[in-house]
Amino acid sequence: MSRYELRFSGAGGQGLITAGIILAEAASIHEGKQSVQSQSYGPEARGGASKSEVIIADAPIDYPKVTKCDALLALTQEACTKYSDDLKEGGILLYDTDLVTKLPEGNYKRVGFNIINTAKNEVGREIVANIVALGAMIALTGVVSRENGEKAVLSRVPEAFLELNKKAYAAGFEKAQAAAAAA
Amino acid sequence: MSKKVAFLQGNEAAAHGALYAGCKFFAGYPITPSTEVAEVMSAELPKVGGKFIQMEDEIGAMAALLGGALAGKKALTSTSGPGLSLKQELIGYGCIAEIPCVVFNVMRGGPSTGMPTGPSQSDVMCARWGTHGDHAAIALMPASVQECYDMVVRAFNLAETYRMPVFVMPDEIVAHMRERIEFREPGELEVIDRAAPSVPPSEYKPYDTTFGDVPPLAAFGSGYKFHVTGLNKLPDGFPTTKAEYVQAEEERQLRKVYAKVDDIVEFEEFQLDDAEICVVAYGSTSRSARYAVNEARAQGIKAGMFRIKTFWPFPDKQIKALADKVKGFIVPEMNLGMCSIEVERCAQGKAQILGINRVDGEPVNPEQILEKMKEVK
Repeated sequence: MSRYELRFSGAGGQGLITAGIILAEAASIHEGKQSVQSQSYGPEARGGASKSEVIIADAPIDYPKVTKCDALLALTQEACTKYSDDLKEGGILLYDTDLVTKLPEGNYKRVGFNIINTAKNEVGREIVANIVALGAMIALTGVVSRENGEKAVLSRVPEAFLELNKKAYAAGFEKAQAAAAAA
Repeated sequence: MSKKVAFLQGNEAAAHGALYAGCKFFAGYPITPSTEVAEVMSAELPKVGGKFIQMEDEIGAMAALLGGALAGKKALTSTSGPGLSLKQELIGYGCIAEIPCVVFNVMRGGPSTGMPTGPSQSDVMCARWGTHGDHAAIALMPASVQECYDMVVRAFNLAETYRMPVFVMPDEIVAHMRERIEFREPGELEVIDRAAPSVPPSEYKPYDTTFGDVPPLAAFGSGYKFHVTGLNKLPDGFPTTKAEYVQAEEERQLRKVYAKVDDIVEFEEFQLDDAEICVVAYGSTSRSARYAVNEARAQGIKAGMFRIKTFWPFPDKQIKALADKVKGFIVPEMNLGMCSIEVERCAQGKAQILGINRVDGEPVNPEQILEKMKEVK
């Protein structure tokens, strides 16, 4: 696999940096690939545009940031507008259909579903929206296997929340598959 | 036995490197983007019988660091630009009193508070000349998470060998990014401990040059009693204005480092054998440069990279030799031309020098470096 570039974007406090770390860890520790995770955020603890970037490759990774984004997650309109300009032709945009209504022009695959609402009302806690999004990204990109993604999620969460996160990951994975099939 | 691996930030790796080196004391004041170093040290030091102290500010932290180091412990602080500015008076004190310690400074830009969460490489001159007076400086530039770990180990070795404060200076990108890292096995990396005095307390002088340019430093409180001051001093540590001592002492404190420059300066040469264009880069910018050099080679452009691992002392000899060989240097950096000044000094007009300078909170990207290569004539 040559260099694959992903970006998780939204607002500070949505857990995007954590989602990026888990994906990178899944690739590097569980899947035996190389990965680098980096981030960019403002001084705010909550709100403000935030992004987490993950590069995955078979060979050592030099430049740690996105050059041409293969897959972009957008959880807010602000982040979608700000961070979609380097989306690759033929790349993937995963977005929250309740929060992102204006999609950028361009030749790429659009897959959307109500990510945050899924976490809140179907899984039961809004706080796991990042894990729903992570499951969806892994379903759409196949950068790591479903199993290795889940392993990485579960190795990061406290025991009391294992089931909640497992459920969130599965919901995201399956909803993204369904949304992609319908797209 | 398989090695312990983890997926860590540069800052976290640096703290684990310090523990590997035998660091037993951390004094600091939290500041973005370096705080994770303090977080890890506060959790880990008590487990190995060490002490962690958060002081009232960066100045107090540097003072505490020097105290801990004088008491015989390997001592670490972490900070960022604004904190580095505040520490300068006591860094100078560490230089003249010859107190070994490590300052891990994550570069976020400035002047003043700048852009706290953005990356930068604009503290490199502050590490060299931030404190006043003639003094030597050693500063290391990690470019990966593993190097944050390994270079902190080396920084402690250099601090103990040359009896002085040593800087490790990642930019925010290297400090905050996460990569897979291997924890080193005991014995895998060299760990140098402080040389103990060979004389009894009654005969001990802290600056006795009969023991060489780096006289042994006794642990304060271990029975050895001596005077420590920021004034120019006699071999016993007491102040003096005697011309012959002051001149000789100041010269020795430069010589102890610059006579050993070949042992201290580390660098990496990448695709330089037949290169006509040499990108001189350090920290995360060297990762952009490596990407750009690979792209350039694929396009048939004879480009290479000289990666600075030891920024101070600057690799004068290596850059001078390259200036005779290449047509031009490209110096990408996240400041408005600090490394460029040093490259110009070494190249002495023998090669073209083109800077790429970004201070907008974004990294110099590979495309910018590739584009700049077209300007080399």
